Amino acid sequence: MSTPTTPATAAPQTTFDVSGTPHLGFGTLVSVELRKTVDTRAGRWLVAAILALTAAAMVLFFAISDDADRVFESFIGFAATPQGFLLPVLGILLVTSEWSQRTAIVTFALAPSRTQVIGAKVVAALLLAFVAFAGAVGVAALATVAGGTDDGFGDVTVLTFVLFLGLQLLTILQGVAYGLLLLNTPAAIVAFFVLPVASSILFGTVPALEDLGPWLDLQTAQQPLFDGNFSVDGEQLAHLGVASLIWIVLPFVAGWTRVMRAEIK
Amino acid sequence: MGRMIEVKNLTRTYGDHTAVDDVTFSCKPGRVTGFLGPNGAGKTTTMRIMVGLSSASSGEVTIGGYDYHDIPNPGHHVGVLLDAGAQHSGRTGREILTIGARTMRLPASRVDEMLEMVSLTETESRRKLRNYSLGMKQRLGIAHALLGDPEVLILDEPANGLDPAGIRWMRDLLRGYAGRGGTVLLSSHLLNEVELVADEMVLIGRGRIVAQGDKLSLASLDTTESTLVTALDSEALVRGIEASGWSLAPEGDGFRVAAAPADVSRAAIEHRIVLTDLRSGAAGLEDMFLELTSTAQREGAAAPESLASISSAKGSHR
Repeated sequence: MSTPTTPATAAPQTTFDVSGTPHLGFGTLVSVELRKTVDTRAGRWLVAAILALTAAAMVLFFAISDDADRVFESFIGFAATPQGFLLPVLGILLVTSEWSQRTAIVTFALAPSRTQVIGAKVVAALLLAFVAFAGAVGVAALATVAGGTDDGFGDVTVLTFVLFLGLQLLTILQGVAYGLLLLNTPAAIVAFFVLPVASSILFGTVPALEDLGPWLDLQTAQQPLFDGNFSVDGEQLAHLGVASLIWIVLPFVAGWTRVMRAEIK
Repeated sequence: MGRMIEVKNLTRTYGDHTAVDDVTFSCKPGRVTGFLGPNGAGKTTTMRIMVGLSSASSGEVTIGGYDYHDIPNPGHHVGVLLDAGAQHSGRTGREILTIGARTMRLPASRVDEMLEMVSLTETESRRKLRNYSLGMKQRLGIAHALLGDPEVLILDEPANGLDPAGIRWMRDLLRGYAGRGGTVLLSSHLLNEVELVADEMVLIGRGRIVAQGDKLSLASLDTTESTLVTALDSEALVRGIEASGWSLAPEGDGFRVAAAPADVSRAAIEHRIVLTDLRSGAAGLEDMFLELTSTAQREGAAAPESLASISSAKGSHR
């Protein structure tokens, strides 16, 4: 503990004694970031909406599907859609709210290492995606047991879980990436929803580009996963990898670079 | 005397614009240093660079012997308040302090201590920031800066938005803090806010330091002698002062004399004039502040003669 209580008679210390200072722990920063996502009304509503829509999607699927389609994979595939919309928003807000609410001044004054702070945000985002994944798996399993076909879990493999989890993680990272790149909530949300649609329209309507679609268009590449078809082959994985590189990794790297250099106002 | 904060030749340019131009000053433990200048003079930019939120184009800053980035858990050593409004409007005051305390790895009890210290009640602490008055935000910001019991405080316009009682409170708090050996740097664009609390002053205009020193040495920069005087018999006063060889001009109810108060008093005794008012007419800090900073604003990069003479006066004082 530091002490500005030096007696007036002693020569004042002009160098900090940092031997007793507890270090800024990365784990601490991650837990603070997690807390910051749910300590405002907007944050709590967003998380509640993700949970509610996940459950609602499965109920909806149950209502509209034929008996034979009610297998675990279909349930979980249906849950992926609302989560795919809302998790990225959570990822975006995790970054952009620091700028829109100007809390970045305080955050980075307390933790000057931007690598640590942004790293903590990324880890927090991944943890949130993992919680969403676990929730979706839980609800889908319940739904399959309660209302699925007799052999509802017949086709489930480890790959099912890995791919679904991978999809959730990539989706929230995409949100974080757009947040880092634009540092502005509305801009990042609009970019996140409009750019992929524009891309899909482009690749879907221009015949010359149709073959490139699975490689360059993220939605086309992710389509097999959203369909609940988790038995992807090597080529589809390659599509997913290349499209993710373009749509997620590159914006993330560019956004990271921007924040490392940004002037915090 | 040792220096806790050292700012050396700090320069920050944005394209052609030089926001901070070769700024050098230091802050000592046990002293409150006022960083004074009009809006846009470069105070905030300087402070942002000090705490690592912006990078300097050249020059360096050390606080407690460290580059800010190298202080482990800096909240324990340097309390920073750059903008009391820069907090999430949807969080409660208590939550804002809790986030700070958690980041610094302080016990939750510290939050209550700080709330009590800045006189925010339990009910107020559970209100959202958007419902806080500017004065309450400033109090919360001070509480946040003091969370880690730091040795140094860096405050940007902390008195902004405080009512007179709030300013008195802030003054007592900072004086007490410095009295216990703490180092305070606070900025303001209002001289009278700073004058009452600061021991040392650094005047900045257009990104350049135009004068610095303690209050006495700054006041002594004004070397033109001038006295304001009023007498029962104005005609006798004019005759007497002129007979003693001083020139005078009417001002207000009385006259301004180009002489020291002692000279005027002596002349009055000599000529048996009854005075009703006698005081120094030398420019106060405020006039000087305005003059210095406005000159810097008008003249830009070129150092005018008056500033050059002040720099040398400052140099001879140190």
